[in-house]
Amino acid sequence: MSKIDAVTCPVCGCLCDDIELTIADGVVAQVKNGCAMCEAKFFSHNNDHRLKTPLIRKDGKLVPSTYDKAIRKSAEILAKANYPILYGWSSTDCEAQRVGVELAEEVGGVLDNTAVVCHGPSILSVQEVGIPTCTLGQIRHRADLLIYWGCNPWSAHPRHLERYTAFTEGRFKGSEWKSYINKVKAAAGRKKLRSLERIGVLKHKPEQVAPTVSDNKPPAILNKKGRKLIVVDVRKSMTAEMADYFLQVKPGKDYELIQAMRALVRDQELDVEEVAGVPVEYLQQLVDAMISCQFGIIFFGMGLTQSPSKFRNIDVAISLIRDLNMRTKFAIMPMRGHFNVTGANTVFTWQSGYPYAVDFSLGYPRYNPGETTVVDVLLRQESDAGLVIASDPASNFPRKAVEHLVKKPLIVIDPHMNATSLVGDVVLPSEIVGIEKEGTAYRMDHVPLPLKKVVDPPKGLLSDEEILRRILKEVRKIKSKKLEAA
Amino acid sequence: MVQEKLNLILLTGRTIDQGVGKESGKSTKLYFDSTTMCYMDETDMNKLGLRNNDHIMATTEEGSVVLRAIKHPRGAMPGMIYIPYGPWANAICSSKTTSIGMPSFKGTPVEVKPAPNQPVLTLEELLKKEFGR
Repeated sequence: MSKIDAVTCPVCGCLCDDIELTIADGVVAQVKNGCAMCEAKFFSHNNDHRLKTPLIRKDGKLVPSTYDKAIRKSAEILAKANYPILYGWSSTDCEAQRVGVELAEEVGGVLDNTAVVCHGPSILSVQEVGIPTCTLGQIRHRADLLIYWGCNPWSAHPRHLERYTAFTEGRFKGSEWKSYINKVKAAAGRKKLRSLERIGVLKHKPEQVAPTVSDNKPPAILNKKGRKLIVVDVRKSMTAEMADYFLQVKPGKDYELIQAMRALVRDQELDVEEVAGVPVEYLQQLVDAMISCQFGIIFFGMGLTQSPSKFRNIDVAISLIRDLNMRTKFAIMPMRGHFNVTGANTVFTWQSGYPYAVDFSLGYPRYNPGETTVVDVLLRQESDAGLVIASDPASNFPRKAVEHLVKKPLIVIDPHMNATSLVGDVVLPSEIVGIEKEGTAYRMDHVPLPLKKVVDPPKGLLSDEEILRRILKEVRKIKSKKLEAA
Repeated sequence: MVQEKLNLILLTGRTIDQGVGKESGKSTKLYFDSTTMCYMDETDMNKLGLRNNDHIMATTEEGSVVLRAIKHPRGAMPGMIYIPYGPWANAICSSKTTSIGMPSFKGTPVEVKPAPNQPVLTLEELLKKEFGR
């Protein structure tokens, strides 16, 4: 039995690097400090859903094969294709992504990563209006106003609050953990009082405390000392439950709410009673809290990027930060989902100049989101082959897009059996990056962190990087033979 | 009076169970249970005469899918249903990218009606039905 500390967790964009693992008999036996998803991932290297041999589809069924045959077959598919798509990349290391760019250029395909169905609109907005941002370390030590807009870190980035924002002990700002615990205790006490009242033990009727949407007023807590946590969402998520103030916005109305806030930040008066379901009076109190903070931050998620108006939502959110920076210090940051989606954007940009949706079909990189984005290519039914690595579009793309992906030859590289592997034509199992292979990943604030190898991979498995290198070599061989023959 | 169907807004997103499910394995029971449910507001459930875990049929212009209805545990969200990300949610999500590459995962109109006698398809059955594999 051995212990390994300071392991980086390869699950979400938080990239927590304080995980302690106990390894027994070559498998992860205990995970310390991690969240529920982190534990599930570290234990998954040893579960039944793991792919251990390459598979090739024959007569409609996936049958076991060898790496040599599967790599040869994949190279043949890619070398033959005119307009293949190479998609995924966000759950693997930067080293594999680098080879991916080379392969995409060689086969003249469309190279895209999962940002396209995630923070692609955020990237578009950043390219239009820029982004005033910072690292998570700065927020941990200095931020006193924390706003989560259209995101639910309690579910998607479970340790974000604890490591970087409200519940962390920074050098200049303390943790709000105790005040949250007190709030939970008080709520439990009130619940007890209500039940006592119901059964008739309590004669004195306590104050009505059950909150509803309509009386969700900004509480006096917005004037409290210490860090303040505000959540803006269309429904009361678990993160909203923890917040000092939860602002419920009508679905699809974020754009107008932010525009109204921009007007209030600039001391303009609004001649309406409410905006997007929020009374202007409450909005004014919120804006006052934002202006009077020392260092504020807005984290935003899919609530802004996937709802109607998409990248225009981000445009105005960034513009709001610009306005706020005239009055105080404010920053904004997207909550990146996959652990290395930021890395995929970064590596693609080094190599091709563009962060996602890169089209190599003309022999040089071209970028035109809406045309070269993988979902649009699939919806227009233009691709004639696909390579999916470290992601699961069959689960996460709309049905119509997957229909075309499945119609054409499909190569899947993934450590686990998932929906995409089930419908693939060639399935190549790989080592799990961050557990069985070391590498580099970028945290959501663009800080690169090393991933560790903590256990040995199942015998005979290759890494994503090695598989891609061998496919690339094979593609080049096939192409040079064709040239010779011509 | 119990209504036959309701027109609501479809939202998809993350839940912690779906997150743990996807990391444990997409063929696990946890992933199936966490992605074949949908949160509904209590008032909407009452309008359709639904109780927790009753089956519903959600239909958009993209297609239909059978899911389990669960009462949203915190606060009110009238007029919306919330399905965790997964193949079931994506069977009905709008593929319109409005020329920027991003499909409309949130904010699509959806029609919801009770489907007491229809089963929730397993992952294999769903893939077979939709893509023939």
